Amino acid sequence: MILAVASGKGGTGKTTVSASLLSVWGKPVVGVDLDVEEPNLHLFVRPEIAGREKAFMEIPVADETKCTYCRQCSDLCQFKAISVLGEVLLTFPEMCHGCGGCISICPEGALSAGSRELGEISWGRAGKAGFLMGRLRVGEAMSPPLMRAVKEKLRGMTSHGAMDVIIDAPPGVSCPAINAVMDSDVILLVTEPTPFGLFDLKLARQAFTPLNKPMGVVVNRAGVGTSDVYDYCKGSGLAVIAEIPYDRSIAEAYARGSIIAETSSGFRDMFIEMAHKVRSMNGGSHGREEV
Amino acid sequence: MDARRFELVEIVVLSGKGGTGKTSLTAAFAHLSSNRVICDLDVDAPDLHLVLRPEKTKTEEFYSGHEARISAEKCNACGQCMEVCRFGAISEGIPCPTVNPLRCEGCKVCVELCPVRAIDFPEKHCGQWYVSKTRFGWMVHAQLFPGEENSGRLVALLRQKAKELAKKEGFDLILSDGSPGIGCPVISSLSGASLAVIVTEPTPSGHHDLERVTELCEHFRIPAGVIINKFDLNEDKTEQIESMCVKKGLHLLGRLPHDMAVTHAMVAGQTITEYQKHGISELVRQAWSNIEAAAMIRVA
Repeated sequence: MILAVASGKGGTGKTTVSASLLSVWGKPVVGVDLDVEEPNLHLFVRPEIAGREKAFMEIPVADETKCTYCRQCSDLCQFKAISVLGEVLLTFPEMCHGCGGCISICPEGALSAGSRELGEISWGRAGKAGFLMGRLRVGEAMSPPLMRAVKEKLRGMTSHGAMDVIIDAPPGVSCPAINAVMDSDVILLVTEPTPFGLFDLKLARQAFTPLNKPMGVVVNRAGVGTSDVYDYCKGSGLAVIAEIPYDRSIAEAYARGSIIAETSSGFRDMFIEMAHKVRSMNGGSHGREEV
Repeated sequence: MDARRFELVEIVVLSGKGGTGKTSLTAAFAHLSSNRVICDLDVDAPDLHLVLRPEKTKTEEFYSGHEARISAEKCNACGQCMEVCRFGAISEGIPCPTVNPLRCEGCKVCVELCPVRAIDFPEKHCGQWYVSKTRFGWMVHAQLFPGEENSGRLVALLRQKAKELAKKEGFDLILSDGSPGIGCPVISSLSGASLAVIVTEPTPSGHHDLERVTELCEHFRIPAGVIINKFDLNEDKTEQIESMCVKKGLHLLGRLPHDMAVTHAMVAGQTITEYQKHGISELVRQAWSNIEAAAMIRVA
């Protein structure tokens, strides 16, 4: 099964939950950090990195000697990545989404495939778990293309035998978050019982409901704020599958880089139970369509 | 101080890592400042309105990009669209292929290359944006519909509207709450800003993400300063972060302790500086005067 740990609001504890679940999972599992803008899972699971590679995306490279300035490429491009000004052909590689349209439509063969570096993919092992992450190049605006490259790598890692996957997703509810959770079997929404946590949980539920996947809620810092998050979950049929109590010692352990499930047997048991509940949410669906 | 401001100052509050306290601090700075337009540039998961409780005076629809839709009447099911789509957005269906709107990038390649021109390409309605009144004055904000592309275009539009409003009112400051991360919306909120105020926390994630967002500021040559929130969770880490800031020439704007009063203020719908006068609020006021001083350096 593939579990995506997502949130809406940032800083609610996605990485805390992902790292702890990986630590207690008890079955073959790969932890994948798909928060490629700000990947943090490695800071807690401290993997031994076995390999790394750069990821690239196709962009057009122009040969102006062949260009007849017919403008078919610039008329097609939806992202203002290529333009013809009089008798000058300009490309803006950082705007390109890599659709390949300009290259296929050019009647003169004046455009060919070049590449733009998206970032780096690295992989290895963290204890018994496999580990995979993407790290966006600073200055690169688009995270979904790198996320797709990480998922491609994941397909290779999980192709031999049964292997579960735990995805640490980016915050928010727009395209990067959707990209991270769209191929999962179960979605965990980590929230906190505050007005900000509740508002963003509502957005996350709205964004992810069309994906038709079982969703459960983990309330982190339980005890701060109000009971509104619980009332909302009850009223909208979202199951609260676990609560992590607010405790300054947890915040301090996190600040030292500890995995919460490894700080006491009580927390370990709590995450083991969370893992059981997640598996039972995946009831019925055995294989999976695609990663 | 105001006499030295001779251009519009734009201060953007960022963090890299989410949940470090951007919005709570932006709300407090809105309370502490005057003659400014407040702007929430986190159009994906905006929270500033929960504290500022804006009353909308203007609501506008936001359209951006297009999406492919295959017309079953015109389609001859040749399958070429599935082959040309680089985003895996088109899959086989009955009677004809279907487009998964969540995967469609809006690139128009399938539309152009369809031999029977069976693919429509309607504009996408992605969200709304608003001009509102708050107890602290004008606010410009937006809500992207959940699941939409997080458009740098909407962020750029909000900044444009905030500038127009500031000019009209004769204000010289725009105070913006940004998004987490370092991608498209953050780049769009940062380019050309006067000062990035980065709120971090002394944790491995906070430190790591701070380094990346400061690198982004360097990349776009935007002056940046740092506030360390919850500094007392790990004082060694706080010192490491501060020495990194000194080394990189970043402004040290303040240290704030971990204080539950910040959450209590949020629950009460108030900024921390409205909720209590003393304690952490005095430090927040000090941080705001440091920000003002840092932003003025750029202008003067």
